[in-house]
Amino acid sequence: MSLPAFAELLERLLFSPGRNAKLALLRRWFATQPDPERGLGLAALAGELSFSTARPALVRDLVATRVDPVLLAWSHDYVGDFAETVALIWPEPPERPNRPPPALSEVVEALELAPRAGVPALLEGWLDVLEPGGRLALIKLVTGGLRVGASGRLARQALAEWSGQPIEELEEVWHGLAPPYRPLFAWLEGQGPRPDPRDAPVFRSPMLAQPLEEAEAAALDPAAFRAEWKWDGIRVQAAAGPGGRRLWSRSGEDISPAFPEILEAMDFHAVLDGELLVVREGVVAPFADLQQRLNRKLVSARMLRDFPVALRLYDMLFEAGEDLRPLPFDTRRARLEAWFARTHPARMDLSPQLAFASVPQLRALREGARAAGIEGLMLKRADAPYLAGRPKGLWWKWKRAPLTVDAVLMYAQRGHGRRSSSYSDYTFGLWRADGELVPVGKAYSGYTDRELVWLDRWIRAHTTARFGPVREVEKALVLEVAFDAAQFSSRHKSGVALRFPRIARLRPDKPAAEADRLETLLALVEH
Amino acid sequence: MAAPHPESWIRVTPEGLYCEPGDFHIDPARPVARAIISHGHADHARPGHDAVLATPETLAIMAARLGEGGAGRRPMPLGYRQPLVQNGVRVTLVPAGHVLGSAQVVLEWQGSRIVVSGDYKRQPDPTCAPFEPVACDVFVTEATFALPVFRHPPAGQEVRRLLDSVALFPGRAHLVGCYALGKCQRLIALLRAAGWERPIHLHGAQAAMCALYARFGVALGELRPVPRPERRGEGVLAGEIVLAPPSAAATPWARRLAEPVTALASGWMRVRQRARARGVELPLVLSDHADWDDLLHTIAETAAPEVWVTHGREEALIHALAARGVRGRALHLIGREEEEEAPPPEAPEAEAPAAMGLA
Repeated sequence: MSLPAFAELLERLLFSPGRNAKLALLRRWFATQPDPERGLGLAALAGELSFSTARPALVRDLVATRVDPVLLAWSHDYVGDFAETVALIWPEPPERPNRPPPALSEVVEALELAPRAGVPALLEGWLDVLEPGGRLALIKLVTGGLRVGASGRLARQALAEWSGQPIEELEEVWHGLAPPYRPLFAWLEGQGPRPDPRDAPVFRSPMLAQPLEEAEAAALDPAAFRAEWKWDGIRVQAAAGPGGRRLWSRSGEDISPAFPEILEAMDFHAVLDGELLVVREGVVAPFADLQQRLNRKLVSARMLRDFPVALRLYDMLFEAGEDLRPLPFDTRRARLEAWFARTHPARMDLSPQLAFASVPQLRALREGARAAGIEGLMLKRADAPYLAGRPKGLWWKWKRAPLTVDAVLMYAQRGHGRRSSSYSDYTFGLWRADGELVPVGKAYSGYTDRELVWLDRWIRAHTTARFGPVREVEKALVLEVAFDAAQFSSRHKSGVALRFPRIARLRPDKPAAEADRLETLLALVEH
Repeated sequence: MAAPHPESWIRVTPEGLYCEPGDFHIDPARPVARAIISHGHADHARPGHDAVLATPETLAIMAARLGEGGAGRRPMPLGYRQPLVQNGVRVTLVPAGHVLGSAQVVLEWQGSRIVVSGDYKRQPDPTCAPFEPVACDVFVTEATFALPVFRHPPAGQEVRRLLDSVALFPGRAHLVGCYALGKCQRLIALLRAAGWERPIHLHGAQAAMCALYARFGVALGELRPVPRPERRGEGVLAGEIVLAPPSAAATPWARRLAEPVTALASGWMRVRQRARARGVELPLVLSDHADWDDLLHTIAETAAPEVWVTHGREEALIHALAARGVRGRALHLIGREEEEEAPPPEAPEAEAPAAMGLA
């Protein structure tokens, strides 16, 4: 199979908004492509193929030899993206070379072997035999700009669905393997043994909590549970040992390069579960600060200084080579505390356990939990083993009650997929002292199906301007917006950003002039 | 005596292109006494003229789309390649390959010949007569896709992509946005040629033109209206293909379809940003206009030393023609749209007429 097939997969993934559609596309890719093509495609999607041989300037120079510079410049202006412009404008040679388009593996192998000086000729030869889609995939691949909105986690989910193996099993072997993953596919097709990761750090699917509803809270047996704060950072898994060190996000993305100071501190042999937070002099900073550190491949010294991160530990999955996951939570906690007392790793501390004797006491703790960096409570059954996924009744998250404001609907945008015919994404604003309405956030959940229909009809009937898929509406409808926290933000015109905003209620009864003022929201910002 | 340059007898007026000795307009933007209409799209065929000369197909399309008297008070059908002389100007209509009935208007006067091509394409289209190049002194061309990034892939390839998607998502309806005149029928014919024999479902806005094509002998197979779901909240037509105006995907009408894959058949889909702005899940690059290569090779085939450009990206085309020794001139005609792009008004809950016996 060839690069054009991969290009078509990329194209469809890029334009498919729905998760199920993406999964179907990926399942078919794994089912129909031979080795090593399917594995290389998987690696490219998971961001595990990279070439340092081709820079964007090389593509620029190549196309300049073939295309009138004026037409190239006008075309670039029109298309926007340079790689796409080149892919579309690349003129086929008068005599199309009599060879098939390259396979993905052919491209990968040739680029690995080629000396730097040989790359332009290789690239030119391939561009001459590819269609625009294939040319774009090739250019993005060799210049490292492949972004398709399909994460490695999604690709692994598709592998699991296609093969029938549980995703947790896949996660455990995945990080020990390298493209094109032949042993993985052999195992998944029942033609080989389960790959053995041995010492290589591998990701273990984390244990997740269910939201605690009021009814369940009332029935909770306080003696059977342990409580901790629910931290407002990101959940990570830190794995270190003789085979290396890795920091994984909750979904199994390797985020090690973004947090070198944590990696440096992982001078131990264990797998730990904890929360990554920005902490300055012992004080947890708002989530917005942590956001500055996310999704980076390289971190500057300034970022390290201004946004120092720390790891707050709450569980231990492995100690040395020993799997602690079958042990009860209390035992694991004791092992974690003993290990921590011996090891004292830098930049790490333990998430404290909170004392309580009754559900009302817990409730009081939760209601008091309105300090920065705390989202609510985590309740964990003392006798529960560490189980992958979201088992029922073992771990609960009990978020603090949300804050609300009454905001005015300003803009609405059509949704995607099932919602592409409805205006389902709402930008809302609050009144500033000078009488101007300023947008403070965007919500696309919280409403019922019936409310969505009502909103959609209201928006169509009260549109004042249209910008592509966005409608501006009369500033006349009040929405009660719930959110978990408000934080200062320089990226928003209002100066404030909301965490998890959602539509709590429609308030068509309330005049827009009586909606909340921006000052009301600013007073809720956490410091 | 040398033949007069077309500049001396054809000029641009506020109404559009005007032939002085013949005293008629071509595709005028406002009502005139005598109009020659190249084809039935709304930016070329407007209502309110007195005499209208066009192919029988174009006159029928105008009457169907613009209502009673839409083809002028005096419709004058003229078949392809049947010259007619008007005040000493010889008028011939020659196929343009754009949509059913589309014609290039060939004008000859005192040994000078100009070809007003209207809109045209060179890709094969089973629903209309193919473009025929005519040698001339001045070739008047559109420039809708006049940038070298626009090179349309073979239409069959795009139709295979659509059918491939239908096979991959059997639980979803495929809603293909396409212009009601021309693109819709071409797409149906291409689907039939690719072996899709199931009924094709039409939004009410597409039905009239399909019926008209069928009356002119273009076989489109079984066409059906889009039913309402039997129960509220249910989606209809999973695994089927539905053709609708491009704007319909964004209207409440589309909610009746089973988790629709929204596709859009247009030359603009070549550019990702355009496709993304439309929220399209399956962009299909299918156009009834000449792409960059076809514009250039068509102009070369006419051997015209001079080319007038009506609408589109004229600067790029004129730049490329200059490099080939051809003189280019932009006419800046008003009222021409990127018709594949222009968002039609939000379609009401249009229901297909009950009697659609088009099989």
